[in-house]
Amino acid sequence: MAKRVGIETSIAISEIAAACDVDVVAAYPITPQTHIVEHLADLVANGNLDAEYIPVESEHSAMSACLGSSAAGARTFTATAGQGLELMHEVLFVASAMRLPVIMAVANRAISSPLSVWGDHSDVMAARDVGWIQLFVENGQEAVDNTICAFRMGEDPDVLLPVMVNLDGFHLSHMIEPIIMPSKQDIEKFLPPYEYPLPLHPDKPVAMGDFAPPNIFTEAKWAQEVNLRKSYDKIVEIWQEFGQQFGRHYQPVEHYRTEEADTLLITMGSFSETAMTAIDSLREQGYNVGLVRIRLWRPFPFEDFRQSVSKANTLIVLDRAISTGGPGGPVASEVKAALYNEPEKPKIVSFVAGLGGRDVTREDFEVIILRGQEIAEHGSQNEYEIFGVRE
Amino acid sequence: MAKSENELTWRDIGLGTIVTEPGNASQYRTGDWRSQRPEYKFDGCIKCGECAIFCPEGCISQNEEGYFTADLYYCKGCGICATECPVYVINMVEEAE
Repeated sequence: MAKRVGIETSIAISEIAAACDVDVVAAYPITPQTHIVEHLADLVANGNLDAEYIPVESEHSAMSACLGSSAAGARTFTATAGQGLELMHEVLFVASAMRLPVIMAVANRAISSPLSVWGDHSDVMAARDVGWIQLFVENGQEAVDNTICAFRMGEDPDVLLPVMVNLDGFHLSHMIEPIIMPSKQDIEKFLPPYEYPLPLHPDKPVAMGDFAPPNIFTEAKWAQEVNLRKSYDKIVEIWQEFGQQFGRHYQPVEHYRTEEADTLLITMGSFSETAMTAIDSLREQGYNVGLVRIRLWRPFPFEDFRQSVSKANTLIVLDRAISTGGPGGPVASEVKAALYNEPEKPKIVSFVAGLGGRDVTREDFEVIILRGQEIAEHGSQNEYEIFGVRE
Repeated sequence: MAKSENELTWRDIGLGTIVTEPGNASQYRTGDWRSQRPEYKFDGCIKCGECAIFCPEGCISQNEEGYFTADLYYCKGCGICATECPVYVINMVEEAE
């Protein structure tokens, strides 16, 4: 039986990784992800989880050890944040190209310098193109549910890809919330044992991570890209199956009060919940506004997204990262690319806010939406607006 | 023998480019790298085989007449055989199309 408990999101994630019967955890603690791996270390040390816990000396080694354990056929979990994700960077590409379903929670954090341990999306945006499936969650319940789904998605024989579950550092990782914790028995019904088709085994030797000259590299990369794009169908199917069994439903792109909305706010992650209250408030004031939340960041759900915004004339995109010297917000950039070739497209206004842990309140969202409408109507000399910066 | 790399399409690429059969490095035509190739004056050759011992590619073998020659499918043209030959019968010449 599932139990509803008051629990910190980080602890809930490690409890659920343990309930998913993870075999190997190789991790390095870094704020704001530390509680996740600390609690997993506790579970292993106290004999509550039969798994190998590898305390490595860096995140580069953490991900490298994860590759080895996943390739040997072990269910593998790790977690990181901020600088830690960047230190893993080159190994992230290897995990996806070698098709190893490492599952990783990322407690999204700003990137130095100046040093900040607080949350934004700069870390994951710098790891946008590493070939992993990338999910965003909005609260503790979603973090738990999507950790279970991540194992199922990554380890699906038709997918076999690593999956990143992005949760906002502090805003989610350190929140104590009421969370329904699915039981181990229920998870077992949903998540079959992990079986890698060609594991490292002395009885049947294989060579992994090979060398590819120019005459084969393009084919190898395209095979990888086709596989990541194709994983979309399975991701949707697995979320549907999760919904049937557990009663909580997830989609690549989700909506809040989008009916008759001429202006849509686009968000990712936990700020979506604050944004919903701002939408409620503006609706009460008579504005036809709605919210579209992107849950599946990679593979980007182009068709779902285009359908979701097809009736709006203004899109206001909130980014918690800057593509510096470039288009501004990475999500806004993606949204523009998704719509550029459409015959009729809305005005798109890009806002960057919530950097390095700064709150974006309900009132802030209301200002952003109204200012966005004004920019859509009258234009702006800026590529994007940075919200709340002191002049 | 498996298909040559030049014939493989992206659909032929196995899971994670994992190689399940040993020995496919022998299909790799390292001879493409060569800008010079060895030429032999067998008249003075003493058939000592030092060129074969020093060849880093291991692509020099003895023919039916007992002379040592490089397999140009693999020979990278490094010239070590010419440098090591004690009787100076190997010359490196420019590859011309």
